[in-house]
Amino acid sequence: MGAWLARRSLAALAIVLAVVTFTFLLIHLAPGSPFLPPPGRPVDPDALLRTRHTFGLDRPLPVQYVRYLAALLTGDFGPSYSRHETAAAALAGAIPNTLLLAGAALVIDFSLGLALGCWQAARARRAGDVIAGSVTLFIASLPTFWLALVLLLVFGERLRWFPVGGLSDPVTYAALPWIGKLGDRAWHLALPALTLGLVGAAGTARYQRAALLEVLGRDFVRTARAKGLRERRVLLVHALRNALLPFITLAGLAFPFLLTGAVLVETVFAWPGMGKLAADAIFSRDYPLVTASAVIGSAMVVTGSLLADVLYAVADPRTRVPAP
Amino acid sequence: MNPRAWLAVTLAIAAGLAAVALLRRRAAGRPAWRRFFRHPPAAIGIALLVSVTALALLAPLAAPYAPAAQLDIIGLQNQAPSLLHPMGTDLYSRDVWSRLVYGARISLAIGALAMAVAVTVGAVVGALAGYFRRSVDAVLMRLVDVGLAVPRMFILLMIVALWEGLSLPMLVLVIGLTGWFATSRLVRAEVLSLRERGFVESARALGASPARVIFRHVLPNAAAPIVISAALGIGNVILLESGLSFLGLGVAPPIPSWGNMIADGASELATAPWSTLFPGLAIGLVVMALNAVADALRDALDPSQETA
Repeated sequence: MGAWLARRSLAALAIVLAVVTFTFLLIHLAPGSPFLPPPGRPVDPDALLRTRHTFGLDRPLPVQYVRYLAALLTGDFGPSYSRHETAAAALAGAIPNTLLLAGAALVIDFSLGLALGCWQAARARRAGDVIAGSVTLFIASLPTFWLALVLLLVFGERLRWFPVGGLSDPVTYAALPWIGKLGDRAWHLALPALTLGLVGAAGTARYQRAALLEVLGRDFVRTARAKGLRERRVLLVHALRNALLPFITLAGLAFPFLLTGAVLVETVFAWPGMGKLAADAIFSRDYPLVTASAVIGSAMVVTGSLLADVLYAVADPRTRVPAP
Repeated sequence: MNPRAWLAVTLAIAAGLAAVALLRRRAAGRPAWRRFFRHPPAAIGIALLVSVTALALLAPLAAPYAPAAQLDIIGLQNQAPSLLHPMGTDLYSRDVWSRLVYGARISLAIGALAMAVAVTVGAVVGALAGYFRRSVDAVLMRLVDVGLAVPRMFILLMIVALWEGLSLPMLVLVIGLTGWFATSRLVRAEVLSLRERGFVESARALGASPARVIFRHVLPNAAAPIVISAALGIGNVILLESGLSFLGLGVAPPIPSWGNMIADGASELATAPWSTLFPGLAIGLVVMALNAVADALRDALDPSQETA
């Protein structure tokens, strides 16, 4: 197990390095560059050259690459061109917001998805299951940002139950007591988390229903039923335990979904997280910030799938890969 | 809406129903097709997909107005749905139904073409990796690992934003070239088991070249994962295109796509929700139909993985 884990971690590191290289090349091969004068406004060409020199953009590409990697080893992602802070600081400001959103969405996703999946499996192919199945299929097929807009329209604009965007109330937040601050945060979190959570839950429920039905056909379930156990106990104790295994993989795969879904949903709700930061960085050709977001994003994805593999091996000894 | 448009809609729906009836009749003698039609949503999905495709083909008939025509920017802005404009008008007084019909052409075409690119590359890479194994396999699969590590939306955003004003064919190519990683893994797994089978060995023993073995003997037998990932792929591409267009990076206005229609409508969400709601519903229904068809295909083509 130890050797296997070491090999997997090394492979994960190599993947992140490859992503860094790929992003670096892509971004420097693209036409256009940062620090272009805005159209119609003359800029001192000397100043332009000086700025490019300050950021090392006048060096040959291999030199820039090696310098970037060397700095990366010390945790330095370079300065952000479009913000008055380092790329690391910009990310450090955005990551907690994304994790908060992703965490809340995952809670909704898994609790709702698991419950619905079990409920459907218990009445497979009956009316309730068919209706729930159609609804989850529809929700899983919607563009996430469109669902965000619809929820915004209904609960934000029309009913005015929730705010239409942002992290907290810009006017009153500072003056609130701590409990009020907490409430204000949760109130602003509700709609974006619900959007991502609902779409995720639809997928989870479909997955969980199929996994449970598969397990319900096995011999040990028949034995449990033959012992005279109640159906509820058979389903929730005997079958569910075994149907939860693939769930680990699903949890590992949820990372990229939350990251990509988050780009658009964060934009709709003006949520200052990683997705919105990355999109803004791309638009303003903020090279270091784009590369940094790609590094962090791919690191999260790779860690997610590595963690899922490890957990899977811990939970199910049959899948442990013998050390070669 | 005029009689001509109603006629086109009726024709499109009739085409969808006829397609299902025809397929059902052919299904009688074939177990795979019978398994396919055991899923009621799949039949509905096929009917819907054929109808929408027919509507897209009949767009000049079905759309009472030109998709970019601004009917009356003062008098007909943000009109609620009515008999004349069944889905209302948008911010620029354009008829939402007409735009939706023309948008179907763009959105479906991008979905189908980009998927074709992705599935072709995925099938070839998967077949090469699975057939030749060793270093070819190692190199290609490490490439796939890297491709799967970056969220697809992120790569697309980077390429599309950095190369400003990407033409439509290039957009299709880029979406396709970022979508083959998962397919190649599936195909590789299938090829790995196929290459050990007797008929592949016989073909090799008869002196067939690797290319002939791969394209004539191996890939046709690996059709199941290819077809299923194609069905899922179209839906995925339609969703991606809508997301890119929503950020203003996909299909450039005034050409309507379902994605940029949502983007146009989003600013008017409070006053004219219909210009956002209908294109989103259209995406949801088409992607749902594709997912239902893919589910049924999985059951029909691969009975071992019954999903009930």
